[in-house]
Amino acid sequence: MENYCEWKDGCLLVRMPKELDHHQAGLIRAEADLIIDTCRVQTLIFDFKRTEFMDSSGIGVIIGRSRKMGYQGGRVVAQNLNQRMEKIFAVSGLHKMIQKENS
Amino acid sequence: MTQRNEMRMEFDARSMNEGFARTAVAAFIMELNPTLDEVADVKTAVSEAVTNAIIHGYDSPKEKVVLTCSVEGTAVELTVEDRGKGIADVARAMEPFYTTRPELERSGMGFAFMEAFMDEVQVTSSPGKGTTVWMRKVFGNPKVADTYE
Repeated sequence: MENYCEWKDGCLLVRMPKELDHHQAGLIRAEADLIIDTCRVQTLIFDFKRTEFMDSSGIGVIIGRSRKMGYQGGRVVAQNLNQRMEKIFAVSGLHKMIQKENS
Repeated sequence: MTQRNEMRMEFDARSMNEGFARTAVAAFIMELNPTLDEVADVKTAVSEAVTNAIIHGYDSPKEKVVLTCSVEGTAVELTVEDRGKGIADVARAMEPFYTTRPELERSGMGFAFMEAFMDEVQVTSSPGKGTTVWMRKVFGNPKVADTYE
């Protein structure tokens, strides 16, 4: 099984896969939630460095994790979005909900 | 102008086939010389329709999803069909953020994505018989979604 998550100093880094669809979404959700539910995550970073494709299943993963972080009072960031991911964020309205930055 | 060319494929309703379906369509439409962004638009729409068929249409991965794709001139037409549960209220199903599977963390944006990335989307469905999604896109025709950037 691939490791998507890296946990260090209160920061959870989720490395999004090359293609993020419903098939991949469940794997990322399970791995991230294990850490969010058991550790005190202050910052959650979704890193899209290698992501070339994402459909609305990915939106579900991001919104779901962001809600969990909201209950805990944490911060959520999306980084390294390519032009396509920017478009997906814009069409879904995610760009209004999630802070974007480049690493 | 490209002559009419059609393909049809049938595959198991398994989530692993979502990637296969959109990649096959992307390869098929290459003869139209679409831009990378146009290819990504079509791939996203295919992924949404196929995912819907797999998680909403059926309960069993042994059922089949049928996908057809045709190209002619600068236009691509797609149908994604399941013979599963069907949708009682299509208009409601197409509303953004409406989902019947919140436990799967579906965002309710599948149809909204298809409409954002294709020029035309039509859904026909009858409960107990299945659902067909028909979509069309003309390449070289900027969409509203492109102006968000």
